[in-house]
Amino acid sequence: MLFTSYGFLGFVAVVLVLYYVLPRKYQWGLLLAASYIFYFFAGPVYLLYIFVTTVTIYFAACKIGQNEETQTVYLKIHKAKLSREEKKTYKEAQKKIRRRWILAGILFNMGILAVVKYTNFAIANVNGLLGAMGREGRLSFLDLALPLGISFYTFQAVGYLIDVYRGTVQAERNLFRFALFVSFFPQVVQGPISRFGDLSETLYKEHPFEGRTVSYGLQRMLFGYFKKMVIADRILVGVNAIIGDTGQYAGAYVLVGMLFYALELYADFTGGIDITIGIAETLGIRLTENFERPYFSRSLKEFWRRWHITMGTWFRDYIFYPLSVSKPMQKFTRFSRSHFGEMVGRRLPVYLASFTVWFATGIWHGASWNFVVWGLGNWVVLMVSESLEPVYEWFHGRFGAGGKGYQLFQVARTFLLVACLRLFDCYRSVPVTFQMFGSLLSARNWHILWDGSLLNLGLTMLDFCILALGTVVLVAVSLLGRKGSVRDRIARKPYPVRFVLWYGLFLVVLLMGAYGIGYDASQFIYNQF
Amino acid sequence: MEELLEILNGLHPDVDFETKESLVDGKILDSFDIVSLIAEINDTFDVAITAKDIIPENFNSAKALYALIQRLEEEA
Repeated sequence: MLFTSYGFLGFVAVVLVLYYVLPRKYQWGLLLAASYIFYFFAGPVYLLYIFVTTVTIYFAACKIGQNEETQTVYLKIHKAKLSREEKKTYKEAQKKIRRRWILAGILFNMGILAVVKYTNFAIANVNGLLGAMGREGRLSFLDLALPLGISFYTFQAVGYLIDVYRGTVQAERNLFRFALFVSFFPQVVQGPISRFGDLSETLYKEHPFEGRTVSYGLQRMLFGYFKKMVIADRILVGVNAIIGDTGQYAGAYVLVGMLFYALELYADFTGGIDITIGIAETLGIRLTENFERPYFSRSLKEFWRRWHITMGTWFRDYIFYPLSVSKPMQKFTRFSRSHFGEMVGRRLPVYLASFTVWFATGIWHGASWNFVVWGLGNWVVLMVSESLEPVYEWFHGRFGAGGKGYQLFQVARTFLLVACLRLFDCYRSVPVTFQMFGSLLSARNWHILWDGSLLNLGLTMLDFCILALGTVVLVAVSLLGRKGSVRDRIARKPYPVRFVLWYGLFLVVLLMGAYGIGYDASQFIYNQF
Repeated sequence: MEELLEILNGLHPDVDFETKESLVDGKILDSFDIVSLIAEINDTFDVAITAKDIIPENFNSAKALYALIQRLEEEA
């Protein structure tokens, strides 16, 4: 049941009606049932995976929570009897028990993710190695089902377990409530990756019907469908044409493909998240924002703070920080400082931790080397920028750079950098990406930009006009969004203006949405992760 | 507190750490700064700041950071 199908819209409508008709105490129960039904339609066998993750994480978290409580009670009772040293020993022993539970929970669930997502990648690499060594034998690939949104719900559940271990949140004692946190249907397929502390505040609350909340949610959904169906699914045809025939579409076409893909990915992913957050909003549930006008970033570092925010903060809080402040890394920091001097020594451990994060980010996006290289490409650019920061500061000071024109240049530079790195994602092959990038650098076919050749990519002049207008709308909404909620602004307008705007947008989606032969409105890009 | 301010000023000489109250929320300190800061603090004050202590409330001001150090010193 895909977000863009009529079946899904019907499903959401039924859930919405029942949600506000049923007594409020049944609201979260209804959402749990709806989430499992939704997931069942994705594939009955997937239910087993999400259920196993739910139960094992729930159980491990409860054990950690119980251990914390036992420790508190024990120390309270024996406060007077125990010496400072005895208390410390007791606490250490309890911490070890909790550590065992968290390790078991993480290893088991990340193990499932690793097996279903990366086994065939490992087999392909082993086969490659065997071939390179001249060996005859080949390992067969496994036919493993990749459950919908497994990376998202596993990360969300594991994040919860770590939060319980850290004492940031209390362990949820009701299995069904926890099951809803893991499987909440609007977000299970492509995030945002929520934190239990944030989501539980609104997920289990009773929500009375509020016309404004519901209409705001519907408006956000509508804008999401506009991005997905009018822009992303339309431009997808052009992207597929360019990457599908690297022989014909080389040189300047690579630049076109790069720009098309930048627009497609933005419209697809942010559109999907708008639909997700919009559905949650109609139910009175607040989800974390995943984007903050990322294409207006002035550096790659800033871009990654504003694109797929919940994934970035997940990697930062659960991998980068623990790794950076771990005892071995602290030892390495001292070692590198004493051997390589203050300047380099201070940076090396951060670079190492960052390398791990970007390797993980790359492989999280897909089990293939192009994603790993894409992740590490981002890492290289970030580390070089970080190292050259004093040079930039000197340059800015020396030449007075910082005006509007220079800021615009920084935005354009960051956008192009992001788009260039995404070629690895686009072409799905490291050698082909390098080859195509090389062909772009030595391009001589710039005439294709104005001689009508672009009309052979499967897109008509009307498609190009719709895409251009759609892009203007996206940029305008982003710019307006800097000054506050766009929906609030519209809500303050007279009724005829609101009517024209929202019904106009509805008609645009209905009449200009990409449907039919040649268009693939079936899949969101991030659903595959 | 003097030593802490010295470390912070070494990281961003242009920031007035005595008055700023939104170092993380205001995006003055990023994740790289925080990790460098922790390494310095751990060495200088002989404490062990762990990942669970890395929350904006503890890093938003020099005062909050100093309170964290004092708490960790007491716990050690």
